[in-house]
Amino acid sequence: MRFAAETGTVMRREIMRQVYLDNSATTAVLPEVAAEMQKVLLDAYGNPSSLHTMGVEAERIKNAARRILAEACGGREEELIFTSGGTEANNLAVKGVARRLKRRGRHLITTQVEHPSVLYACRALEEEGFSVTYLPVDGTGRVRLDALEEALQEDTLLVSVMHVNNETGTVMPVAEIGRLVKEKAPEALFHVDAVQSFGKLPVSAGDWQADLITISAHKIHGPKGCGALWRRAGVPLAPLFHGGDQEAGLRPGTENMAGIAGFAAAARLALAEQSKRAAGLARLKEFFLRAVFAAIPDITVNSPKEAAPHIVSITFPGVKGEVLVHELTRWGIYVSTGSACHSRRADPSHVLLAMGRTPKEIEATLRFSFSPLNTEAELEYTVEKLQQAVAHLRRLTRRK
Amino acid sequence: MRKVYLDNAATTRLHDEVFAEMLPYLKDIYGNPSSIHSFGREARKAVEEAREKTAAALGAEPREIIFTSGATEANNIAIRGVARALLQKGRHIITTAVEHHAVLDACKALEEEGYRVTVLPVDAYGMVSPQDVADAIADDTILVSVMLANNEVGTVMPVAEIGKICRERGVIFHTDAVQAVGALPVNVDDLQVDLLSLSAHKFHGPKGVGALYVRKGTKLKVFSFGGAQERKMRPGTENVAGIVGLGKAIELATTGMEAKVSRIKAMRDKLIAGLLAIPDTRLNGHPEKRLPGNVNISVKYVEGESMILSLDLKGIAVSSGSACTSGSLDPSHVLMAMGLDHQTAHGSLRLTLSANNTEEEIDYVLSVMPDIVARLRAMSPVYPGKE
Ligand SMILES: Cc1ncc(COP(=O)(O)O)c(C=O)c1O
Ligand SMILES: Cc1ncc(COP(=O)(O)O)c(C=O)c1O
Repeated sequence: MRFAAETGTVMRREIMRQVYLDNSATTAVLPEVAAEMQKVLLDAYGNPSSLHTMGVEAERIKNAARRILAEACGGREEELIFTSGGTEANNLAVKGVARRLKRRGRHLITTQVEHPSVLYACRALEEEGFSVTYLPVDGTGRVRLDALEEALQEDTLLVSVMHVNNETGTVMPVAEIGRLVKEKAPEALFHVDAVQSFGKLPVSAGDWQADLITISAHKIHGPKGCGALWRRAGVPLAPLFHGGDQEAGLRPGTENMAGIAGFAAAARLALAEQSKRAAGLARLKEFFLRAVFAAIPDITVNSPKEAAPHIVSITFPGVKGEVLVHELTRWGIYVSTGSACHSRRADPSHVLLAMGRTPKEIEATLRFSFSPLNTEAELEYTVEKLQQAVAHLRRLTRRK
Repeated sequence: MRKVYLDNAATTRLHDEVFAEMLPYLKDIYGNPSSIHSFGREARKAVEEAREKTAAALGAEPREIIFTSGATEANNIAIRGVARALLQKGRHIITTAVEHHAVLDACKALEEEGYRVTVLPVDAYGMVSPQDVADAIADDTILVSVMLANNEVGTVMPVAEIGKICRERGVIFHTDAVQAVGALPVNVDDLQVDLLSLSAHKFHGPKGVGALYVRKGTKLKVFSFGGAQERKMRPGTENVAGIVGLGKAIELATTGMEAKVSRIKAMRDKLIAGLLAIPDTRLNGHPEKRLPGNVNISVKYVEGESMILSLDLKGIAVSSGSACTSGSLDPSHVLMAMGLDHQTAHGSLRLTLSANNTEEEIDYVLSVMPDIVARLRAMSPVYPGKE
């Protein structure tokens, strides 16, 4: 193997310490995962649709991956569809169900704090003549169940609610939502975007009474550009695009085989260590919060206590989040102001707005997200630099 | 057992250098290109460099390249994107009978939505006539889609001529160039195309990543929704390592192409000559205007599938048609459009070469093939040679 291209990076890293705390944006591929990908790229490189041995071998690898991921969602092998990521899987779930069932009804329900891939898919459907209810959330980012109950109609086609919010880590009561949906609108389908929880918290189609679940590889130390939609057998779906028999015609195109093999390897590792990883992440988060509170006055944590163990959103009044991100980058510390796909936009986070935060507060907010690869020493270093940066920036603001 | 891979039109082996280029973007430079911190910027830079390489290989500008999950998606974005964007102008689309299913099925879906689709016939070699395209263009024609080279029979279409016609008539022109990249010169200005699809895994890049060239000013309606990636045309966290792989693969595939191609062509011609020496065989596709790595023959009185399995036992990987429908029992739509009868179509075999193949491998295939054909014919109920 050649690592020559890497040396540049490695050397620079020795000069400057690097602390990556943006793990809800994306994660590093683990060496075991890269090794699985290498096998598929260089040795088992057949096309799964081919009839010869190379094709059969590729098909076997794909279906073994399918089984691991489907079972991890609480479903069966044949119920999982591979996609190019969480964004596509969310589009497929929302639009696929709505378009396929448009004769039965035209109403969908989601929340105000979903990932843009769900929100914009819903908006696109509104242009096609569907009506969408965007449920409000409380101050902790949890969807209001009374609002859901009120919104459910007999002809509601789909309810789409995320499991863990990517900006705050807030955990939605998906099991209660599932129960409510099946009680009040038994024909409605229930979709859960589990991109941020998969591999970290239990994901269970059965417990949630979910009909569709979205997952994505690059949030669990797998590769970017590979995701999946689990869909209960018999749930009707229209494909987003056409042209081949792959994935039962629901997602045609030659498969991202390296991505699929990498996704399965990452999931296998994550699931084997899920409770250990979760406990470790919870310890890291607690350590971090305690240190931040001790070091920096006047801050608010936007993530509720019961939030997922890997995300914490903090507002530092008097500081511009974006400036703080750049300041920390100078010290090799990588965090974000909100979700990655938002970070190039100027408008304030729709999630924090829905939680009742003011644009000024939102502007002063950072998201820290951890992985099992982080250490307490890294967090100590981060808090030290954070304290300096916040104090410095607050002094500047006051002087103005 | 020795292994001979002759299914390079279905997919190719990743180039070692491409893997070396991808690896750092899995392990070390794993930032999200949308992140504003420098860790994300490094990933963004890699994506943009791949975009520059891809554009350079096609004679395009970097901002005219959209990365996708493959050519199936690229073809869909192109066809449906134009159809939706030009709804006001018209609802007529022209394509050919021998396109990949990604194009044909996208057109079929539009037909169900009320568009009118003209599917042009091809001649016995699988060639479409530019005159037919010109004649089919009507006032409400919004798009012509003709592939550059056919994936089953290797016929190279007169795309530049068609491009000229489309430009004169003011119609947007898309070509599926999946099989042509690395095998023929592919330049968007020479071909006069507005949209062009390609897929990395056909030229020793990774599976699951492709690109769509969109000429400046060409209107496309978005199709999937989410983040702002790929100028919103194709949202979702980028397959960074895959995109880096595509960039490197297209660079490798298009540099020193002539020498590689002439070597592949020589092997192809040897293979064709050797196979045609078996009685009752014929070459499918154009004898000259054909991809340098494509061999497609029909062997009378034998099923293609039986030959695939027999060759597989000898370690030789080939196919009977395109991979994505190889499980189906229908005869190839390409061979049927060329006017072959069912039996001849069912007896077709596709052997596709790459620079990884050697002349020795060709000799090996030619040494085992006559026996395989003889054995299968001996078992065939329709073979007249039997007593
Ligand atoms: C909650 C949530 N859903 C969906 C996605 C989209 O997934 P992908 O990046 O694989 O397109 C993300 C991440 O970006 C996410 O955090
Ligand atoms: C001519 C042609 N177009 C499109 C495709 C589809 O490309 P992909 O496999 O990247 O989806 C293929 C190959 O499968 C092809 O040969």
